[in-house]
Amino acid sequence: MLTIDAISKTFNPGTVDAKLALDHVSLTVEDGDFITIIGANGAGKSTLFNAICGSFITDTGTIWLNDRNITMMAEHKRARYIGRLYQDPMRGTAPDMSIEDNLALAAGKGGWLSMVSRRDKQAFRDRLALLGMGLEDRLKQPVGLLSGGQRQALTLLMATYNPPQVLLLDEHTAALDPATAEKVLALTERIVTENNLACLMITHNMQSALDLGNRTIMMNAGRIIDDISGKKRRKLKVEDLVERFKEAAGQALDTDRMLLGT
Amino acid sequence: MFESFADFLTLGQNALELGLIYGLTALALFLSYSMLNVCDLSTDGCFTLGSVVGAMFIVYGPAWFPDSGLPLWFWSVMSIVAAMLAGSLSGLVTAVLQTRMGVQSLLAGIVVNTALYSVNLAISGNQVRVNMNSTFKKTYETVFTESKALLQDTPFAQQSSLFVALAAVALVILFLSLFLRTRIGLSIRATGSNPDMVRSSSINPAFTTTVGLCISNSITALSGCLLAQHQKVHDINIGIGVVTVALASLLIGGVFLRRGPIAVRALLVVVGAFIFRMVYAVALRLNMPTNMLRAVSAVIVVLTISVPHFINAGKRLHRRRQANRERGQAVRADH
Repeated sequence: MLTIDAISKTFNPGTVDAKLALDHVSLTVEDGDFITIIGANGAGKSTLFNAICGSFITDTGTIWLNDRNITMMAEHKRARYIGRLYQDPMRGTAPDMSIEDNLALAAGKGGWLSMVSRRDKQAFRDRLALLGMGLEDRLKQPVGLLSGGQRQALTLLMATYNPPQVLLLDEHTAALDPATAEKVLALTERIVTENNLACLMITHNMQSALDLGNRTIMMNAGRIIDDISGKKRRKLKVEDLVERFKEAAGQALDTDRMLLGT
Repeated sequence: MFESFADFLTLGQNALELGLIYGLTALALFLSYSMLNVCDLSTDGCFTLGSVVGAMFIVYGPAWFPDSGLPLWFWSVMSIVAAMLAGSLSGLVTAVLQTRMGVQSLLAGIVVNTALYSVNLAISGNQVRVNMNSTFKKTYETVFTESKALLQDTPFAQQSSLFVALAAVALVILFLSLFLRTRIGLSIRATGSNPDMVRSSSINPAFTTTVGLCISNSITALSGCLLAQHQKVHDINIGIGVVTVALASLLIGGVFLRRGPIAVRALLVVVGAFIFRMVYAVALRLNMPTNMLRAVSAVIVVLTISVPHFINAGKRLHRRRQANRERGQAVRADH
């Protein structure tokens, strides 16, 4: 369970560029929760993820992860419990290294001087076969040769190889073609359900914001302005969502990209 | 140009020995520059550090413990160990500066390099040169004289120095090819390729950078230590320009193969170092002044980097001319 309690972050404080990116945000994510997050550009969605991952230390508030206070924990230490995917498929993998080497790092088994064993290789192959992309036969190839969709699927596999406690998806299908995006999304859903992960997904696609997961939150100007779940959410249509945003934020949502985008 | 075939062989063997010894520095840069993506400019100073520490152990080691009864060969072995330890310490300082103290990577190398000049002089007790040439009064044993003594009555007596250099290079290549497949080795490679990904694998890039620089600098120091013992003299200027020479070797080696097994790529780096030495030896025979070495190495580095750039530019120019011609023909056809 991830509990965020009143976290705030101001960038460039004390200057004319000062920007309140997170304004006392509080949020509780139960295990097995799959929350979709929508909001206009600059609403603070990615900043919220950065705060959870520890890219910066928040100005106020605390972040709890299963009775562990991670507010001040270093980024690479939190990474043990938090998996994250970015919009850019290039960010999650090392392009100069082979698929096998990338997976070996993600698996992170054994001591510093341990090497990939034959058993590890078989485990990698089995996991890769689940992606259905034929990557299991290309273990020795550098990841730089893979397509964006393949890299993103591999990143997803790596981020969940040792199931994290929270999975953060930052528009991770936005840079993929529709068919691949669908495949990666289906894969995401399966991995999240199988491991009963707590999952947060930022999306610009209103339809998938409603289709996926069990809860939807809206962000605007660094605050959570709406939180919909249960029966109410099941009856909701995209138009209703746009309407609710207008009411809550006091401004129209930049809907073109959100309705048409993938 | 060569007086005889034997003369050519001697020249070749000498180039091979030097190529192998300097090749160790190229291997160190293979780790720091190609794998870790850090351009370590403390290489020159670290090379000299290895040279001076090794020389001090050879010359003064026996005098430090006069009653210990330790054989002279012990000190030649210790010279290597001590030089490598000193090198890794220097690497540690460079790494701490750039990972924990906010000094930019390039600047950290330059600063450590500058400081090492004083440190190296201090280690040698302000001597500019430390002579390891045995005289009638005193004998010094280096790893090369050890090997010479061992191989004295075998057919390989002439190649005794070559064996030392070969053994050192073989061990370092073996070590690198195994090490870079371990978890820490993979993390070091990933740090150079995508530091974000290292962090998300719960590994601190500051740690991997530190380990990588310690190891690469210990190899650089080994290289300097062996060169001084090969030449039988340590000189405070022994390391000047070594980073450029090693980079040239690394880039020449990289021309043959960019991707592939680590061991093969490492081997090609040493081949690059040998090619560089061979070109240099031939140039010397053609009466190139000795002091041109560093200018030549600088030119080679620039050429290996910029030739692919010019080839691309040439292709674009060719394409543009072609397009102009086609347009010209189209215009003529209209008339």
